[in-house]
Amino acid sequence: MKQSRLFPWIGFIFGAIYFLVPLIATFEFSLRMQRGIYSFKAYQVVLADPGFQASFSYSALIALATIIVGVALVVPTAYLVQLKLPRLRPVVEFMTLLPLVVPAIVIVFGYLRMYNSSSWLPMTGSARSTDLLLIFAYVTLSLPYMYRSVDTALRTIDIRTLTEAAQSLGSSWPRILIQVILPNIRVGVLSGAFLTFAIVIGEFTMASLLNRPAFGPYMQLIGANRAYEPAALAVIAFAITWACMGLIQLVASFSPGQKR
Amino acid sequence: MAFLSIERITKTFGTLTTVKGVDLAVERGEFITLLGPSGCGKTTILRMVAGFETPTSGTIRIDGKDVTNLKPHQRNIGMVFQAYALFPNMTVADNIAFGLKVARKSGSEIASRVKEMLELIKLPQVAERYPYQLSGGQQQRVALARALAIKPQILLLDEPLSALDAKIRVSLREEIRAVQRQLGITTIFVTHDQEEALSMSDRVCVMSEGRIEQLGTPFEIYNYPKTRFVASFVGTLNILSGRVSDGAEGRIVVDGQEIVTSRGLNGASTGDALAVALRPEALSIGRANGSSNNLEGTIDEVHFLGSVVRIRVRFKESAVSLDTFNRPNAAPPERGQPITVNFGREDILVLEGAPN
Ligand SMILES: Nc1ncnc2c1ncn2[C@@H]1O[C@H](COP(=O)(O)OP(=O)(O)OP(=O)(O)O)[C@@H](O)[C@H]1O
Ligand SMILES: [Mg+2]
Repeated sequence: MKQSRLFPWIGFIFGAIYFLVPLIATFEFSLRMQRGIYSFKAYQVVLADPGFQASFSYSALIALATIIVGVALVVPTAYLVQLKLPRLRPVVEFMTLLPLVVPAIVIVFGYLRMYNSSSWLPMTGSARSTDLLLIFAYVTLSLPYMYRSVDTALRTIDIRTLTEAAQSLGSSWPRILIQVILPNIRVGVLSGAFLTFAIVIGEFTMASLLNRPAFGPYMQLIGANRAYEPAALAVIAFAITWACMGLIQLVASFSPGQKR
Repeated sequence: MAFLSIERITKTFGTLTTVKGVDLAVERGEFITLLGPSGCGKTTILRMVAGFETPTSGTIRIDGKDVTNLKPHQRNIGMVFQAYALFPNMTVADNIAFGLKVARKSGSEIASRVKEMLELIKLPQVAERYPYQLSGGQQQRVALARALAIKPQILLLDEPLSALDAKIRVSLREEIRAVQRQLGITTIFVTHDQEEALSMSDRVCVMSEGRIEQLGTPFEIYNYPKTRFVASFVGTLNILSGRVSDGAEGRIVVDGQEIVTSRGLNGASTGDALAVALRPEALSIGRANGSSNNLEGTIDEVHFLGSVVRIRVRFKESAVSLDTFNRPNAAPPERGQPITVNFGREDILVLEGAPN
């Protein structure tokens, strides 16, 4: 092997060990619930737990709502900024990055101050309105990823000419967005959606402080009280994240109207 | 009254005025070309007609109706872009059907119209393909069909052929013209290619720096350019700078040698600077007798082009290019050789405006 190839390989092997060893160890540990033999007992226990099912479906539902609200907010914004207000782009980009800078715990304390039950907008007053608050919080949290994916996708198509072509054919703004722009940035929107899903499923701080029965707090609860199940849960969470990444790849390669 | 009338329109972007009081009247069914160098405001005019830009001042009327402030989707104008701009996520048929669906036409009407349009552009077999599966020329034909499907009042084409290679460009321009004739649709075509403009148009509108320099038939524009700009932009005219020595008799001095025009120079007084143009095909080599003009110079450059040899003859300040046929038995022209060029009095085109 040539000298120049050696260092990248060492780097790669080191990275792989760093990443894989804990994962393999966790997986191995999760199989040892039954004394003396490897089994998927821990997984059976976890999957059969009504708490798991309830919290997972709650989080999945919240994630879906987050994606819908996020797409409805981000796509028109990114589109209009690129088309009409290109000078505002750095400002908008900076704003979308804020959630990465401001810790989730700070955001949620801010929410609790703003929207507590004795404020002018008591969103934490009932469970449903707190769910709504949680969804908005997650939209904020996933904004950097969603905006970036959508913005990048918009840059790969000539939105100005496509918009003008549609306009000259008599099309109105909503139709242009839904029938012309959205389908052509589908890949970007979907990868933003899967990233959002992965983030929401694993999120702990906000759900916990807003006291919602989400998957993150459930994992924490199990982790604090059991031995083998947390390992199984960690592997499941990893599998979900990877499934999301795999789906991003999949949709990117199956999209009509684009070269494969 | 003209079908499309553009009245004294101006467009200013910030401090830059790119269209400066343009008047243009396009008759129903006419094919007019805006011809001019990059940045002269052709696209801006087209975009104002389409409604993508609002004129800073002036009026645009279509069929007598003031459309100056209408939105693009209210104008019923078909537009074809240089970059094709087909919707990548839709098949060819869906692209063509888009405007019809927007207009809520019935399914059967849309289907028959799409079929009709595909036949018009001679591509009936590509209905179910996606744009990326078509060649550039085919994509542009589909874009044309899409624009025409909605039966627009006016068709606008902004350099639709510039992205294509030379052969396709020539065949497609004939095709566009044929379709335009067949439908009798009023059309404005933008290009900076003079050959394209001359070969396709009913009338050509030569533009420079936001103004119309000359509007006329291709024949008029090519044979009787009015300004130095038109003369140099359209065709390969030779332009000579001179001074009037006798206005009434049409005598002009060019680099110390006198030439005479067939008509007198009205209103010119002795010593006025002016510019005249000579078409290369009007020039011949050798001294001619009678009333012809002769200019003596030296050969400056020789380009052997095969059947034709293009030579450049320099006088003092001015120079002219002319083509001679290649003659294998005669000695080829050489640089530095003295030469006399002759041309008829009626071949001199006196250009308007100050020479520069
Ligand atoms: N939206 C805009 N904002 C500012 N300036 C503009 C805008 N659109 C056009 N211009 C300017 O107006 C001038 C004319 O532009 P236009 O696109 O009409 O030229 P054109 O004749 O179509 O040239 P080309 O052959 O290069 O397409 C240019 O100097 C251009 O920079
Ligand atoms: Mg242009």
